[in-house]
Amino acid sequence: MGKEYSSVRITINNITLEVDHGSTVLDAAKQAGINIPTLCHLDLHDLDAINQSANCRVCLVENETRGTLVPSCAEIVQDGMRIQTDTKKAVQGRRTSMELLLSNHPKECLTCVKNLDCDLQELSNSMNIKDIPYQGEMMNHPVDDSSGAIIKDPNKCVMCRRCMTMCDEVQTVGVLSPLKRGFDVSVGTAFHLDLSETSCTYCGQCVSVCPTAALAEHPHVPNVWRRLNNPNRHTVVQIAPAVRVAIGEMFGYEAGEISTGKLIAALRRLGFDGVFDTKFGADLTIVEEANEFLERLNNDGPLPLLTSCCPAWVNFIEQKYPDLLDIPSSCKSPQSMVGSLSKTYYAKTMGVDPQNIRMVAVMPCVAKKAEAARDELAYGEQRDVDYVITTRELGAMIKEAAIDFNNLPDDSFDDILGESTGASSIFGTTGGVVEATARTAYENVTGKTLENGEFETIRWMEGLRKASVTLNGRTINIAVAHELKNARKLLDSIRSGDSDLDLIEIMACPGGCIGGGGQPFHHGDINVLNKRREALYTLDKNNVRRKSHENEQVKTLYQKFLGDIGGQKAHELLHTSYSKKLRI
Amino acid sequence: MSSLFDMESFDQDKVQLLDDYIGNYVAQNNLEALIPALYKAQTLFGYLPAALQRHIAEKLDLPSAHVNGVVSFYAYFSEVPKGKYAISVCTGTACHVKGASDVLNKAREVAGAHGETMSEDGLFSVNDVRCIGACGLAPVVTINGKVHGKIDAKDMEKIIRSTKETENA
Ligand code: FES
Ligand code: FES
Repeated sequence: MGKEYSSVRITINNITLEVDHGSTVLDAAKQAGINIPTLCHLDLHDLDAINQSANCRVCLVENETRGTLVPSCAEIVQDGMRIQTDTKKAVQGRRTSMELLLSNHPKECLTCVKNLDCDLQELSNSMNIKDIPYQGEMMNHPVDDSSGAIIKDPNKCVMCRRCMTMCDEVQTVGVLSPLKRGFDVSVGTAFHLDLSETSCTYCGQCVSVCPTAALAEHPHVPNVWRRLNNPNRHTVVQIAPAVRVAIGEMFGYEAGEISTGKLIAALRRLGFDGVFDTKFGADLTIVEEANEFLERLNNDGPLPLLTSCCPAWVNFIEQKYPDLLDIPSSCKSPQSMVGSLSKTYYAKTMGVDPQNIRMVAVMPCVAKKAEAARDELAYGEQRDVDYVITTRELGAMIKEAAIDFNNLPDDSFDDILGESTGASSIFGTTGGVVEATARTAYENVTGKTLENGEFETIRWMEGLRKASVTLNGRTINIAVAHELKNARKLLDSIRSGDSDLDLIEIMACPGGCIGGGGQPFHHGDINVLNKRREALYTLDKNNVRRKSHENEQVKTLYQKFLGDIGGQKAHELLHTSYSKKLRI
Repeated sequence: MSSLFDMESFDQDKVQLLDDYIGNYVAQNNLEALIPALYKAQTLFGYLPAALQRHIAEKLDLPSAHVNGVVSFYAYFSEVPKGKYAISVCTGTACHVKGASDVLNKAREVAGAHGETMSEDGLFSVNDVRCIGACGLAPVVTINGKVHGKIDAKDMEKIIRSTKETENA
């Protein structure tokens, strides 16, 4: 192919440059160091997801060759094209688009959950919009809070369709669609069903990319304040691995800042009576899961074993692959394990009446809210976990309590349900659970000490990766998938019988929990996820104990309370079951 | 799951016809077969209730939301049963200029069919459609698919009233 086909020359604001054939004007402008505002456009090319609906027209520029305004995010470069981004016509065009978008947008920014973190607000500010000349009819759609995980408020929707890109292309779930036409259009579910009646997995990736608050987490903060303010309640909390490497972003730190110590200190100041580590639950999960895996391996299956920590993924398999429900691990998630132990083991050890204990989990995830409400995850009358708040919600609580997070002295977890190994840190990233399982399974089977437990081949960010390890001469085939579109590929191959896999880890969100729907917003910068991920591997490296079965508090738990690994009591408290859930 | 999605109450012969049609439809991909399938289903059943949309979604392995999105986008497709006489008033540009909204309002008023629901006697339903490609005859109305050109509000009223009379005779 000749050069003239692979690149084209274009002029933007009198700067002439060569850009790749097929690029958009927006790409070209970026290359020339020229900024063009965008709203609906979302380019997550590392995740293979691009939202190019060109709906909002906030990115208009002037195509001088044709004398018209064009949306730069969708306009493909042509040889000799002349573009101006800063003429009066272009600036006015963008302003008008923005004014029209704002004309029927609710003006409740001060009390909106996205206040100061909203793309629409930010854009309105940077475009210096001080007045909205159009007073249009307002949308009036019902707000859907049926799921207890995600709140959908179509009145705040700007029709960018980013949510659909995530739901359709990244997760292949497809519960959202624009419905009706013209002014009546709204992005909604089939037949306007409640979200809880649809096959939404509550992964929350729509929430992660929504530029406004049309999709947001269902708040549990008011409930948590109520418990904390009730002196008769013993309120305890646990923190997931991915929270500690992300919450700093809400207090001005770089992504990937490890703020475990400050986080614990903040939780104690908020008034929690016990501060536990979900990573303890992760180590415990590994001990139980490795045991389950070896049992299945020695008893001819069923294999592969699928990890079951990710609630969105569990929802997905229950709804879409109910014929495969015998393969996920029966282990509860770490959140649920710590929850159930807080009301049994902890209650007993500390002499607290379990009836009075309320367990709050801080998660990078919105699906965990729905997980906590599952019927299967209760012990007698007691729910394993009572409330789940996201990383963002906790950040907001800390701010609300006027705690000076940045200057907090480091504190540490309780001596019970508080210890964790390096293996549990990496639970928060894709590949981590399977790597942690492999470390423990390897030592259990071979009886040898694993010197370097870093399984490099499963540590990449590709959506789907495979590796093999040898256990006593038997090859174990492992696969790791993140994003449900990749999970689907694995499940399809298992269903059709042509999979030779033994162990599979699936996480629904891009990058795993670090990219969860409850994390501080990445605003399209996927590098943020990489930094969080690096921080988790640093936590792993810096831990003297790097294998879950070396966790001393876990050992004590078995000795004093649970008895055998995989034993009866362990089954009662730490394992669960799945069932077919038919949704639309 | 809600009984809204029950297919049992449907005429099973027609369901079979629909399934055969979908099964034999040659298309590059399932999305391409969607509109023909919906068209066929509406021809067979008169309208597209939720259960039928979901049935088609499953046959074509498409999300129900996407199918519902298409159905609710096109004025041609109806999610509620239509009257014995389905009146469509074109509100495309040419017809609009020639007074289509008067025709539409009159039709609704005289037929007693508002919004998407049919008239109480089940005789009429009235909806507006985009340009049907007969602009030379604007304003244009179709009744059960038959085109009536150069119809003003008065003509509309006459047609509906005489239909009522014949029906009630
Ligand atoms: S960003 Fe280009 S049209 Fe929305
Ligand atoms: S506008 Fe009515 S037929 Fe074309």
